[in-house]
Amino acid sequence: MPDDITVLVNGRTLAVPQGATVAAAIVTAGTYCRDSVKGEPRTVLCGMGICFECRAEVDGKPHQRTCQIICVSGMRVSTQDRMSR
Amino acid sequence: MSVATYDVVIVGGGIVGVACAYECAQRALRVALIEQDVIGGGATAAGMGHVVVMDDSDAQFALTRYSQQLWQELRRELPAEVEYEQCGTIWVAADEDEMSEVLRKHAYYSRRGVPVEVLRALDLERIEPNLRKGMTGGLLIPEDGVLYPPCAAQFLLESALLKGATLYSGSTVSRIGSGQVYLSDATTLSAAVVVNAAGASAPALTPGIEVRKRKGHLVITDRYPGFVHHQLVELGYLKSAHSVNADSVAFNVQPRQTGQLLIGSSRQFGAEHKDVDQEIMWRMLQRAQEYLPALAKTSAIRAWTGFRAATPDKLPLIGQWPADPSVYLATGHEGLGITTSLATARLLADQITGKASAIPIEPYLPSRMASLEHAHA
Amino acid sequence: MTANKQFDVLVVGGGPAGLAAAASAAQHGVRVGVVDENPNLGGQIWRQGIGGTNTEAENWIRKLRSADAEILCGMRVFDYPTPNVLHAETHDDLVELRYRKLVLATGARERFLPFPGWTLPNVMGAGGLQALVKSGFSIAGKRVVVAGTGPLLLAVAAYLHSHSAQIAMICEQVSLRRLAKFGFSLLSHPDKIAQGRYLRKQISGVPFVPSCWPVAAEGQGTLRAVVISRGEKFERIECDFLACGFHLVPNVELATLLGCRLRNGFITVDEFQQTTVPNIFCAGEPTGIGGVELAVTEGQIAGHAAAGHPKSARTLFRDRRKLRKFGEVLERTFALRPELREVPVAETLVCRCEDVTYARLKAQPSWRAAKLQTRCGMGPCQGRVCGPQTEFLFGWSADSVRPPIFPARVENLGRMLPDIAPAYSETLRGPQ
Repeated sequence: MPDDITVLVNGRTLAVPQGATVAAAIVTAGTYCRDSVKGEPRTVLCGMGICFECRAEVDGKPHQRTCQIICVSGMRVSTQDRMSR
Repeated sequence: MSVATYDVVIVGGGIVGVACAYECAQRALRVALIEQDVIGGGATAAGMGHVVVMDDSDAQFALTRYSQQLWQELRRELPAEVEYEQCGTIWVAADEDEMSEVLRKHAYYSRRGVPVEVLRALDLERIEPNLRKGMTGGLLIPEDGVLYPPCAAQFLLESALLKGATLYSGSTVSRIGSGQVYLSDATTLSAAVVVNAAGASAPALTPGIEVRKRKGHLVITDRYPGFVHHQLVELGYLKSAHSVNADSVAFNVQPRQTGQLLIGSSRQFGAEHKDVDQEIMWRMLQRAQEYLPALAKTSAIRAWTGFRAATPDKLPLIGQWPADPSVYLATGHEGLGITTSLATARLLADQITGKASAIPIEPYLPSRMASLEHAHA
Repeated sequence: MTANKQFDVLVVGGGPAGLAAAASAAQHGVRVGVVDENPNLGGQIWRQGIGGTNTEAENWIRKLRSADAEILCGMRVFDYPTPNVLHAETHDDLVELRYRKLVLATGARERFLPFPGWTLPNVMGAGGLQALVKSGFSIAGKRVVVAGTGPLLLAVAAYLHSHSAQIAMICEQVSLRRLAKFGFSLLSHPDKIAQGRYLRKQISGVPFVPSCWPVAAEGQGTLRAVVISRGEKFERIECDFLACGFHLVPNVELATLLGCRLRNGFITVDEFQQTTVPNIFCAGEPTGIGGVELAVTEGQIAGHAAAGHPKSARTLFRDRRKLRKFGEVLERTFALRPELREVPVAETLVCRCEDVTYARLKAQPSWRAAKLQTRCGMGPCQGRVCGPQTEFLFGWSADSVRPPIFPARVENLGRMLPDIAPAYSETLRGPQ
């Protein structure tokens, strides 16, 4: 799509529409955002920045609420699968 | 008006109160414990939950070391929720002066059989890479630990109940004295021994106790596993704990088993309200960031306060209250309530049952207060 | 520290109520700012998303811009260090916002209720899934069950349908009888009927089932199917997404922190939308869940009043009265049925931040004890998800609010500006 930009989700490139959130990118990539305290997979719940389930690492910063972050070309997103353990 | 009779009635369900209940129940005494709100809901819940040795005085050392060993013995029985972790403490030296203090402590603890290790600058950098570069070194005390206090208190309570203790939950005590405990619902409990373990509120029940509220702040972050591996304390912590009248902050960070970072510490006298004091919190966090610069960008999810029970000589009150022989005190533990709760319970139960204690009891006896000169900073 | 901004009227929240308040205040020539933590204005219900436009929102935003109001997006208010000052965090900085008058338009969030499997990926809020799609996720060809309660369900189903989702079913826990009463009461709100009919038309062909609610979500690592309770039976529906929300909960944390009084969980306001704190106003869902039009009307009233123009505010009182009635009908209609309390089983997670099960919470005597013993409510959501659940399940009410009301960076907590700090420092002496 002409208005798409590219981001990296867990090292893999992904095209997303401009203006898309990192959360949308993660779900589009077919993966989930983080592992819970007990190791369960979790992803977007509230979509509005209050539940903290969509936390992932963005450009090296952990615990970012991805539903509140707009993708920027070249952004590196790492889902927090190992972080919560 | 109903009267129930016990051997020991303990007022206050904080860590000290429940430890005393547990110990007394273990010795087959008929015990009642009264807690007006949530078990461990006062300073116990607010504190850092460290189990540490301190060398501010020989008496403080004796009590903390004895109690720490008791925690280690109890460890196997502690459920997972108590999160007992022997992470060790590192007293961090920021300059040569503090390094000589490290060496002094090393000698002090070594002589008394506490495993300790001096860390030079490179050692420190290697094992705690998030510490600001340029620290001179530190003292590692590997047997120090942390736990999660509310669950520890709950475990001790449940253990006490299993041994036959009775809990009066949600009851408020209006008065104690002469072997009687009067509850606000007009129930009276009668006992040979009434233990005031009400922490910072102890003077309200036993007027004349020299216990003052000493407010503290804490902040906890989201999970950053591996950010620090040991409890980290600055040597200035003792200066802060020492100063009697001033407000002070000192660096003290603890890794919790959850991977969250618990950041302290602060001390204030004369602050009666529970609200977070913005300026104190700011100064405390600034101090912490001086030692751990990477803390700056971590996510702080909660901040809260608590009131320590502080005595003029920084030692707790454990034993009979001279003005009323039926009243025993188990209070005034300042920042060492979790650590010394188990030893406090032993010493108290020893005195109630006329047994000799494992350590000298004189430094903690309430009767010492009469002849004590009040220390001023 | 980037910015230090001062306003005559500061509006917190850029949704319908906030936009209306800010624009209304701004038209009187006073200095107005509107702050919202989302990257764009519109809040939830007017969320525009990629390539979407909401005419009403656009109109209000245009009014704002032409009145030179300052728009501050991507800023999250987390504390008030001193009266008349709020601290907000951006991605990189701290912003200080000073105001003479404050309008709180913090909106509402979805209520979630726990059921076995609800934590599986692709079980989302109804508004949550809609927000995700608006934010760039394609739902085309995906099979979706929409469940829970409230007018939001129809709106979300219609939206997803218009984006090529396959809506398998809409499950509304309210009974047909109650819904019929609701429908009947809409006669006094003809625009609502038109709205409803429009939505229904959009999704004609999609089964809409009342007295129906989810009892389990199934799947290994991701959602595969939902089991619903329907009359006396259970039905299993295979699907890719479950959009599930149980109406709305007001966002009252900031107002509570500022000392505004609440009643029944909502902020009490007078006829000018003024709270019990003299220079603080509140408009929209935090004063009572009542829908968009009421929020806009209340916002306008608050904006006019905050800008010192009560006469302009009064002209809207009649509209508000009418719209409040609709709000009351909403509340009555979409009350939660008690059967929903029986849905979680022992291992069902209630607190998602700390993975605390229903069984562990049930054993606790109070919210406070539960917090201390299980850490429920002590995670980053600060009880926003689990609080309403435990309130419904156990009747617990949350305790007081402390700063930070949103997680904030350690470097920003208690941070003092140069001109505030000296006043505070005076009160402190000491070796440190």
